[in-house]
Amino acid sequence: MIETLLLWLFAGTALVAAVLMLVLRHPMRVALALTATMLSLAGVYALLGVHVIAVFQVLIYVGAVMVFMVYAIMLLDVRDRSFTRRFSRLLVPGVAAALLFVAIVAHGVWRALPEPAGGPGGALFGLQPFSAEFLNQYWLHFELVSVLLVAAIVAALAVLEVGRRHRG
Amino acid sequence: MLIATSVALFALGLLGVIVRRNVLVMLMCMELMLNGVNLSLVTFAQQTASSAGAVLVFLIFVVAAAEIAIAIPIVLLLVHRNAVLDLDAYTDLKG
Repeated sequence: MIETLLLWLFAGTALVAAVLMLVLRHPMRVALALTATMLSLAGVYALLGVHVIAVFQVLIYVGAVMVFMVYAIMLLDVRDRSFTRRFSRLLVPGVAAALLFVAIVAHGVWRALPEPAGGPGGALFGLQPFSAEFLNQYWLHFELVSVLLVAAIVAALAVLEVGRRHRG
Repeated sequence: MLIATSVALFALGLLGVIVRRNVLVMLMCMELMLNGVNLSLVTFAQQTASSAGAVLVFLIFVVAAAEIAIAIPIVLLLVHRNAVLDLDAYTDLKG
C-alpha cells in the first residue's frame, strides 16, 4: 500500500519536474529540475527492486553527468536572446509534433503491452547475481562499451586540441 | 502506469529539444529522453523478470556519459567563438 503510494509520488514528481524543465528560464534551474527528475526516477527504480540501476542512476547521472552540466552552465553564463525569449519559432509545430508522437505511441504500444506480472523481482537484480549474469552473458557488450568510452575520451581531447589551435 | 510515465518523459524531452532555444537546455532535454527510455526498460525488465533490460540500461548510462563528454566541449568551443547560446545563431553551420 505505502509502496504504491510512494511509486505514484515519485512518478508524479518526475513528471512535474520534467514539465518545469520546459518552462523555466535559467539553464541552472532547468538543470536542478532535471536532477529532481533523475532522483525521483532513482526512487522509482529502488521501489521496483532494481537496486543496482537505482544506485547507478544516482552515481552516474546525478553524480557525473549533471555535475558536468552544472559546471558548463557556470562557465557559460551568457545572457543572450535565448534568455529573454525561451522558445524558438518552432513552438506551435513542435507541440503539434509531440502530441502526434504521443498519440501514435499510445495507439501502437497500448495493445502490445504484456500483462503486469506483479511482485518485484528483487532477487534477480541484486548486485551479485546482476554482475555475474552481466559478465557471463554480456561480456562482449561490456568490452564494446569500454571501447566506446575510450573513443569518447580521445574525441573530447581532439575537440579541445582543435579549440586550442583555433585560438592560436 | 510507469510505461505511461516513460512515454510522457520521452515526449516532454522531445518537445524540449524542438521548442527551446538554449543549447544547454536542449542537451538536458536529450538526457530527459534517455531517462524516459531507461524507465520503460527497467519496467519491462522487472515485469518479465529478465536481466537483459537492466544490462541495456547500464549500456545507456555509458552512452549518455560519452555523449555529454563530447557535447559539452563542442558547446564550449562554439560559445568561445560566437559568445551566443542561442542555437538560431549557428545557422551558418548548415552544410
